Amino acid sequence: MADEQPGLSLDHDEHSQARRTFLKQSSLLTALAFTPGPVVRAAAAELDEKVAAAFEKVPLKLAVNGKRYKLQVEPRTTLLDLLREQLHLTGTKKGCDYGQCGACTVHVDGKRINSCLTLAVMQEGKEVTTIEGLAPGGDKLHPMQEAFIKHDGFQCGYCTPGQIMSAVACIREGHADSEGEIREYMSGNICRCGAYTNIVAAIQEVKNGGQRV
Amino acid sequence: MNQFQYVRASKPKAAIEALARDPNAQFIAGGTNLLDLMKRGVMAPQKLIDINKLPLDKIERQEGNIRIGALALNGAVAEDKLVLEKLPLLAQALNAGASAQLRNMATVGGNMLQRTRCPYFYDTAMPCNKREPGTGCGALEGYNRMHAIFGFSDKCIAVHPSDMSVALAALDATVLVSGPKGDRRIPFAELHRLPGDQPHIDTTLGAGELITAVEVPDNAFTRHVHYLKVRERASYAFALVSVAAALQLDGSTIKDARLAMGGVAHKPWRLADAEKTLVGKPATDETFRQAAEVAMRGAKAFQHNAYKLKLGPNSIVQALKNAAAA
Ligand SMILES: Cc1cc2nc3c(=O)[nH]c(=O)nc-3n(C[C@H](O)[C@H](O)[C@H](O)COP(=O)(O)OP(=O)(O)OC[C@H]3O[C@@H](n4cnc5c(N)ncnc54)[C@H](O)[C@@H]3O)c2cc1C
Ligand code: SF4
Ligand code: FES
Ligand code: FES
Repeated sequence: MADEQPGLSLDHDEHSQARRTFLKQSSLLTALAFTPGPVVRAAAAELDEKVAAAFEKVPLKLAVNGKRYKLQVEPRTTLLDLLREQLHLTGTKKGCDYGQCGACTVHVDGKRINSCLTLAVMQEGKEVTTIEGLAPGGDKLHPMQEAFIKHDGFQCGYCTPGQIMSAVACIREGHADSEGEIREYMSGNICRCGAYTNIVAAIQEVKNGGQRV
Repeated sequence: MNQFQYVRASKPKAAIEALARDPNAQFIAGGTNLLDLMKRGVMAPQKLIDINKLPLDKIERQEGNIRIGALALNGAVAEDKLVLEKLPLLAQALNAGASAQLRNMATVGGNMLQRTRCPYFYDTAMPCNKREPGTGCGALEGYNRMHAIFGFSDKCIAVHPSDMSVALAALDATVLVSGPKGDRRIPFAELHRLPGDQPHIDTTLGAGELITAVEVPDNAFTRHVHYLKVRERASYAFALVSVAAALQLDGSTIKDARLAMGGVAHKPWRLADAEKTLVGKPATDETFRQAAEVAMRGAKAFQHNAYKLKLGPNSIVQALKNAAAA
């Protein structure tokens, strides 16, 4: 079992210890109502603590925009919900919540991903960058943000944080060499306002401007 | 999403044991399919075993094959130098799938095990034998334009949605698995099942089995290859029909050929008879049309997918033309 790290850490204070005992009992009962089989089996195999873990928060350490966090999260919390609801970083948007629109695009360890289709607890030890952390600091915008403004790369603006995070990654990955390539590698970001032409222009300008992104 | 218990495995053995112990547990890799289905209530595992820390993400040249770890990301495989050089058909198929973001999350193992996109499977208010055995198949008499034309049963007419798997089927890959009873190798053609009377079972994987890698044997299909994907928009959509075509040419004569289709059956659909008709023939439109005709033998449409009976052969001809010209 040493190779299987339960999400629940064992160094809780007394309060949470008591709570865990309570949860252990009550969750067993609740879970019994749904699916007696596995829970009874789990209890018999002395895995009851893990059943409790399903209903408790799990410790999570990660960095977001350079800031380190030590958090407690429910296993089912997505990275997107963690960012928006627990860390109040609401720049990252929820469009579809099913991986279909790209509004939730962030960078994890430098790679662009959809934060709605990954669990927060899966990001243990990772570095997350959101739209709030893209600019170099101070009043300065990131060159991609400047370019989106200059080229009217948005109308309502809802898809824009995701578009910009994706656009920066698109250039870093080396997939912004032509209009066709940009369109293909930006296809994971849907814009209901149809600002695509201007988004492509903004990306091309940054790419051709040779600025460091 | 339902509540569940979350554990992380750091060794394959621990992951396998944890899964074998608990029939209501699931591995989670990229999570892009599983979490989607859990959010919709289609799947509700009580325990997720996170396998992302397992050391299974390497892409290696071995004697006689290229071995790709089950946790290698779809995007990383598609951009890998070795893959681009030796398995360009696989790279094309991977790049045709999903979006750049999703390919940065999706793993090779998860991709082949992704579940059907049948809308009735996704809608928990609808009957579906795959989601809930015995409830009937909503698609059979329903809106079935995305559905199968080969290998279906009266219990399920769904198609397998993976692009990558079509290329792996064409390239005679082998899936490596580890389970409670040890290791075994599954020829790619035998990984996915036809629906028959048990459409709720997608694959031949046993309880507690972990995919560790896929091996693609050395082959001569490094140049004349093409993955053609026909979909409703230019990118970021599932295939209506797709074709993986690979030719080995000697001048203008076809020395060897591989052909498989996606979007037409419950599994990637290898077209062995059509391949045979190609070998030894000149690489002409006429030859390609004959192969397409052979490929489509036995195809049968439902109310809303008859277009696939035309789109299928046309796509085969086009894919072969593009492969020959590559
Ligand atoms: C909007 C959208 C568009 C998409 N478009 C396409 C497309 O065009 N073409 C395409 O091919 N795909 C497409 N996909 C699907 C995508 O490719 C799959 O979701 C992805 O490949 C699944 O991989 P994963 O690692 O995220 O799997 P997960 O979701 O983590 O797992 C899927 C299943 O596999 C099991 N599993 C995972 N790894 C292993 C292993 N090593 N051993 C045993 N079991 C394992 C899990 O238990 C789970 O049941 C799309 C997905 C979305 C959300
Ligand atoms: S085709 Fe298969 S997946 Fe779709 S409704 Fe019928 S049984 Fe379910
Ligand atoms: S909110 Fe994540 S892709 Fe739409
Ligand atoms: S600017 Fe409105 S959705 Fe893109």
